[in-house]
This record gives sequence, structure tokens and C-alpha cells, in this order.
Amino acid sequence: MPEGTGIGASVRRREDARFLTGSGTYTDDINRPGQTYAVMVRSPHAHAKIKKIDKSKASAMPGFVACFTGDDMKVGGLPCGWLVKNQDGTPMVEPPHPVLAQEYVRHVGDIVAVVIGETKQQARDAADALVVDYGVMPAAVSLKEAVKPGAPQVWEQAKGNICYDWGLGDKAAVDAAFAKAAKVAKLDLVNNRLIPNAMEPRAAIGEFDRATGDYTLYTTSQNPHVIRLLMGAFVLSIPESKLRIVAPDVGGGFGSKIFHYAEEAIVTWATGQIKKPIKWTAERSESFMSDAHGRDHVSHAEMAMDKDGKFLALRVETLANMGAYLSTFSTCVPTYLYATLLAGVYTTPAIFCNVKAVFTNTVPVDAYRGAGRPEATFMLERLVDVCAKEMKMDPAEIRRKNFIQPSQFPYQTPVALQYDTGNYDATLDMALKMIDYKGFPARKEAAAKKGKLRGIGISCYIEACGIAPSAVVGSLGARAGLYECANVRVHPTGSVSIFTGSHAHGQGHETTFAQVVSEKLGVPLEQIDIVHGDTGKIAFGMGTYGSRSIAVGGAALVKALDKVIAKGKKIAAHLMEASEKDVEFKDGKFQVAGTDKAKTFGEVALTAYVPHNYPITELEPGLEEQAFYDPLNFTYPSGCYIAEVEIDKDTGTIEVARFVASDDFGKIINPMIVEGQVHGGIAQGLGQAMLETCVYDKDGQLLTGSYNDYAMPRADDFPSFEVQHSDKPTPCTHNPLGVKGCGEAGAIGSPPALINAICNALGVGHMDMPATNEKIWRAANAHAARAAE
Amino acid sequence: MPTTVSMTVNGKKVSGQVEPRTLLVQFIRETLGLTGTHVGCDTSQCGACVVHVDGKSVKSCTMLAAQAEGANVLTIEGLATDGKLHPMQEAFREHHGLQCGFCTPGMVMSAIDLVKNNKNPSEHEIREWLEGNICRCTGYHNIVKAIAAGAKAMA
Ligand code: FES
Ligand code: FES
Repeated sequence: MPEGTGIGASVRRREDARFLTGSGTYTDDINRPGQTYAVMVRSPHAHAKIKKIDKSKASAMPGFVACFTGDDMKVGGLPCGWLVKNQDGTPMVEPPHPVLAQEYVRHVGDIVAVVIGETKQQARDAADALVVDYGVMPAAVSLKEAVKPGAPQVWEQAKGNICYDWGLGDKAAVDAAFAKAAKVAKLDLVNNRLIPNAMEPRAAIGEFDRATGDYTLYTTSQNPHVIRLLMGAFVLSIPESKLRIVAPDVGGGFGSKIFHYAEEAIVTWATGQIKKPIKWTAERSESFMSDAHGRDHVSHAEMAMDKDGKFLALRVETLANMGAYLSTFSTCVPTYLYATLLAGVYTTPAIFCNVKAVFTNTVPVDAYRGAGRPEATFMLERLVDVCAKEMKMDPAEIRRKNFIQPSQFPYQTPVALQYDTGNYDATLDMALKMIDYKGFPARKEAAAKKGKLRGIGISCYIEACGIAPSAVVGSLGARAGLYECANVRVHPTGSVSIFTGSHAHGQGHETTFAQVVSEKLGVPLEQIDIVHGDTGKIAFGMGTYGSRSIAVGGAALVKALDKVIAKGKKIAAHLMEASEKDVEFKDGKFQVAGTDKAKTFGEVALTAYVPHNYPITELEPGLEEQAFYDPLNFTYPSGCYIAEVEIDKDTGTIEVARFVASDDFGKIINPMIVEGQVHGGIAQGLGQAMLETCVYDKDGQLLTGSYNDYAMPRADDFPSFEVQHSDKPTPCTHNPLGVKGCGEAGAIGSPPALINAICNALGVGHMDMPATNEKIWRAANAHAARAAE
Repeated sequence: MPTTVSMTVNGKKVSGQVEPRTLLVQFIRETLGLTGTHVGCDTSQCGACVVHVDGKSVKSCTMLAAQAEGANVLTIEGLATDGKLHPMQEAFREHHGLQCGFCTPGMVMSAIDLVKNNKNPSEHEIREWLEGNICRCTGYHNIVKAIAAGAKAMA
């Protein structure tokens, strides 16, 4: 492992000093002078008409400041960022998404009114006194029920509750391949609905400055500039110049803090009305019913194979739940982030996927760690195991047989993406070795002697990260560009401030980005400051999600650093009376090639600000550069995960005996941080596979609305994970750092590995997630009954 | 009707006027402005709010401020001495036992109480002890490593 502070070193995190001493600043830790408190009054019904709201009792409560309803707050709706088209070319149904409910509520938790009080308790008491009269209506809740004829309609304009009916791939080629297939494997599966549960509940503080007319919003966001753009332009009509968004320390996001939420617009608008700062902090139970949920697919898939188990064609039908409204990125998740990944790491020549997005009277569903890619990977890697069973082949062998080979890159898949590079045998081999695949039969036998069922499961994932080439996503319906911006400000005495549009909420950018700067400029870490999360300081940014920070934000940073070095060379050449083309920059020095003439980075910086001896007619003083980077392609991290489980037949309990991971993230900046990202992702993936699921009853009441009912993974649910980086990594070919991104891999690759292991242990064809003790017990005992026959 | 509560927090005598329903965590965060102690849930399950009350780890959201009258309270802000991290804080840093940092104060306070009672906890014991602390970022892997190392360093 490289020593020091540059690229490749496991530098300990710089941000930890404040988090470990309780001096982090999360949104709820901020208090503004004269601050008031907002409480959201939320619908207790899944679907209802608001007949009347009576404010009289509430407004008579002590400490009452204000109450606003949908009638008071006539502003724009919350926008959806991606237009998806139907198979016939017509646009999706895009209903309005009011900030405060207008006439109807459409899910439990929909906001009906905001009540503001002088203290939090007073606001809460006044909110409790608000009388809302509802006319309850029938609700469409589950996917399967919502698409049945005669189901209650969430939106009049969305017939049959369909938002869009979309397709990708060559249907005719797929049908032709199925017609001549030797074998077909089939699978029905559900991708269970999840509630993200970042540990910091969402919070927002709106503050209006009477002197300037400026608004500031402090918010728990992964992308403050996106919030400024969406809220300023579409909801509140406040020009960007008058609106500052600060996303300070943020306690985890996992996608759920990407989206522009109603509460942000409410506190910003209301502070303009009452001219006092307003703070809102979600209680956890509010998070459950208002943070966008994740996943929630019901699918049917079929794989056509030749007689040797080579994949010929894949056919997939998916229903995807949108919830009641279209959240910011909701529409692209089950389409362009899902179906485009259905080739996986395999050469399947023909693929067709049909996705119907469905409105239901539930919380909006949007991107959650992995977003579409976990759904694709779970579907495909489960189906491949069913294929292996069908062909009586070893699951590792059928994968190997169908892998895209290193010689085939760049590889054009039949579902739009072009993979630039990869080596799937390398990570499979490594993981098989790590787990001692050959030794599995002996371990299974040993377990059987103890009365336990042992199983092993493989998953080979690929993901499209580094989101995203703007022109490509634009042509597919994205309503924004997905580049990143970085600004490098070199100060006169050589310290450096970096302003990045990426946002860290656990990822450790203050360390990794500084490592890149230190490596490039030769400046020690202590003299590098990474600034993020404030539109008042940072020129622009698209934020952090889709494993894009280092691949896109890091690339923008390198571009800006290169500009600094280029200007520095001009200054140094002038100082050393050399030709600019003879000056090279290495180890923090500008040197005339082949001589010992050199100027340090600090000397050049000082000269830029004290330009007494300076090429002033050709060059401006100062040393500050900005760059935007728009990626040419996605990046394609890939890898192989293997789970080994032991099941107690009598209780249905499952022990994850081992979990090994071999990932190919290309070049790595900080291995310690990368491993940490993989650990966290695996835990979220195993959480989905073993424990977590969101449950609504048939009337749309959220049954899993607290940690009493929603099974969060705890420390004693897992073993330690064995995580290694590929010994034959394939650096990304199109960004300057060769990096691919690592934030989502764990959550994408791990669910199928675990379910494959459970199915292997039990000898069953499939088990839907989460594989609870009850489900396992039932399957294990049916299996025992079968074995006895 | 507000009442006055007094206690010792991080070695300093403090007192404040609170409503009787005020939780200890609210008193710590809002009255004293010690925002290192976090609130992650409303059902006393996440452990983000763990502090020490009279030497024992306690979820400060399960206790009224008035119940801590006269008590000796230690929060995350009171752990480091003279700018030097407590060995458990240092172990979390060294072993990358935190990502977003939100669960971290509660984790560290819980971990120290574990080690007080069990000088050399096994991985299994650490994992069982953390039952009441939820982390969404780390998958617990490095937290467990950090606590084992912190226990050694505290010995
Ligand atoms: S805030 Fe105390 S346990 Fe969650
Ligand atoms: S570090 Fe984020 S919740 Fe634990």
C-alpha cells in the first residue's frame, strides 16, 4: 500500500476529528436568531378528500405563530426530473405534485398544513389542535391490486393507474431466439419495498433576510444546487441569486436526500411570510411516511438458452411502484437505471424489457442506494441460478460460460450501454478462492452432521455509475445535465481551497479529494481545504448520488488542477526565463527539464498574487481555476460476491457464515474508505435480503412505521465481511483518474448472493426477500417433508 | 409550568428551566447547546442519543431531564481531555469506524460502557452489545474492529 497522502494511500479521515468529538454541524444542530418551529400536519388516510380545515382552535393555542394550508400556499408543484415515454412514443402521465395538498390527500403522510409555533412543543400542541375533516376514499395500495380492472384510481388522468408503459430492446429478436431455444428458465420475483432510513432524520431551516430579500435554506441534502434550481425555478420562483442552499454535515443519504421535498419549499416560502427563521426536523415516524421509499418491483423473467447453457435471449416484464406522486428521479429508476443493466456481465445477444410504472396511494418511490441496478442484478443473478439448476450446471460454470471476455471491450450490450472495460473471470476466480469453493461440499456435510443446512450463493454484478453523460441522458428524457463542477483556489502563500459540487454525507470526500490535490500539486493535506455543500460558496454542482463523486466530481477537480498547473508553468517559465514548453511540474516543483533550475509551487503562487516580475501582458494575476466535467460514458464497476449460510431447520434462523466480496473499481484513491463503502453497501443489501420490508395494509396504512416494526439490520445480524479488490483491476478508460465509483456496489451485489445461498441450502427454486425466519422455516420443513417421501 | 433542573455535565455544574415533559436529550441539545448527542428515532431504538449518567450508558431520549436531577452526565463532548482523543475515539478514527458520523457519538459512548464491564470483549460480545445502536453506513464491520482495538487501548 502506498505510504503518504497521495492516491492509493489509506489516509485516515480528516472529517473524523469533528464527528468523534461531537462538533459536527448537522442541520438540526443549527439555530438561527428568533427561530420558530414548524410541524407538518400529515394525512392519516391513504386517499381522501379534504372537506374542511378549521384553524380556529390551533390559532388560539399559546405560542401559535402561523398556519398555512394548500389554499394559502399557491406555488408551483414539485417537479419530476425525467420524462419517460411510452412504447408508442407518447409521454408518461405526469400529475401535479403540490407542496401542500390541494383538495385531496393521496398517501398516509401527505402534508395537509404546516403549523408554526414559538417553541417546538407549542408548534406540536397547536398542530394537534388543527381540525381537518376528511372524506375517506378507497385506496390503491399494492402493485398487483392497483393494476386490476376497477381498482381505485390514484389520478383520474392515469387510466388503470399506469404512469407509463415503456420498453427497451429488440422484441422481435427476443421472440425469434425463444422460438429456437433448447431450454427456457423462468422466474417470478418481487423486489421488496424498502425505507431508506439514513440515521439523521431530514430537517430544514428557512431564513429570510429583510435587508437583502435573500432566502437561505439549510437542508439535509445530497445536492444543494439541484435543490436551489428545482425549488427556485419551479416551485417558489425565486431567482438563484436570491436563494442560498446550505447542506452542512449530513447524516447519511443513500439516495433519500437527493430529492426536492415539500418541507424544504414550505419552510422557505413560510419564512418569507412571517419574516422569522423556521426550523423543521422530522421525527423518525415522519421519515417513515415521507422520505421517498425504494425498490418495489414485481417481475416475471425468462431466459432462453441453447443446449449447452449459453444465454440466447432474456425477456422481462416488470411492474414498478411510483407511489402517489412522481418524486424527482422516480421515473428513470425502473427504466434507464434498471433495464439498461439487464445484460449484466453476460453476452446475452437479445434482450427485451417492458416496464409499467404504477401509481398507488403510498409514499413516492425513488432512488435508494443502487437505484434500479439492485433490482436488475437481483433479477438477473437469481435467474442465472435458475438457469444453472435447469441445465444441471454449476452456478459458477454457467456464469463463466456466458461472461463477456476481456477481448470484447468496448462491448455494446443490446440494452443501450457500452461497457468500456472489465474482467469478470478475475473477480469470480478471486471470490471462489476466498471462500474455498471447492471445500464447500465438505462444509455442507459437516453442517448436516450438526443438523444444519448449509448453502452457498454467487452473484456477479455490474453497475453503471459515474452518472452521467449529459447528452446521452438528455436524449433519454433527463431534464438536467449531469456534469460536475470544481474550483481550485490557490491562496498567495500556497494553501489551497477546493470548492466542489459533490457533497459528502459519509463518503469522506474531505479526505479523498484532498488526496487527489496533494498528489497532483504536491501540497501537504493540512494546507488543503475541501469546501462542499453551500451554494453561496460553490459555483455550481449536481451533487452526490449514483456513485458519481470521484468519477465525475473527481474528474472535474483534476481538470481544474491541470489548469492551475498550466498557468503555473507560464509563471514559472517567466521567473526562470525559460521556455514554457521546457518547464515540467513534478513533486510540487516547476523545473526546467534537464536542469536543476526550479521554482516551488509556493513561490509560483506568491508570484501570481504579487506580480512584480510577471508576464502581465499575457497573463492575469491570481491563481484560481474552475472546470466543469461532463463524462463521456458511464463507468462500470463490477465484481463477484459469495455468501455462505447455515440454516437451523427447527427455528428457521439463518446465520451468514461468511460473506466474501471481490470488486473491480478500477483505480482506487483510498482503499480504507472504499472498503468501508463496500461494508456498508453489503449490510444494506443483506438487510434487504434478510430483514427489511415496507408493509402497507390494504387500506394504505403503513404498518412498518417505526423501528418497532421495520427490521433494521443490527450488528449481531452479520459476520465480519471479507472484502478484497480485484487483483486484475480494469481502470476506467475515459476519465482522468481511471476510477469507477464504489458507493453502491455492496447494495447491488449482495441480495442475490444471499438468496442464492438460501435457495441452495434449502433446495428450493426461489424465495422472495426478505428471507425471514418464518419463510425459511416453512421452506425447510416442506423440504424435510419432501426428503422423507 | 417550567421547573429548574440541575446536574453536572462533562464536569461542569449546569442548571436550566425546562417543561416537565422535557427529555434529557432535549435538555442536553437545546438548553445546553451540546449538539454532539443526536436524536435518530422516536421509539428509543437507535442509540444515537447515548450518554453516560452516573457512569452508565443511557439512551438520553428515554429519560426526562428532571430524572437526571443531581446526576453526573458525560456526553461525547466531554470525552477528549486536553485536546487528546479518548482511546475509544482514537480507535474509531484509526479503524474507520464512522462514515456520516451521526450514530458515532452514541456508538462511542456505548462502547466505552461495554469495555468498562468487559475488558476484552469478543467480536460476538461486541455485536450483541451493539443491539441498541443502529448504524446505517458502516455495516458495523469497522465499528466492531474499532471497539476491539479501543478495548485493548483502554486496558
Ligand atoms: S434517539 Fe434515543 S434511541 Fe433513538
Ligand atoms: S456512520 Fe452513519 S449512521 Fe453510523
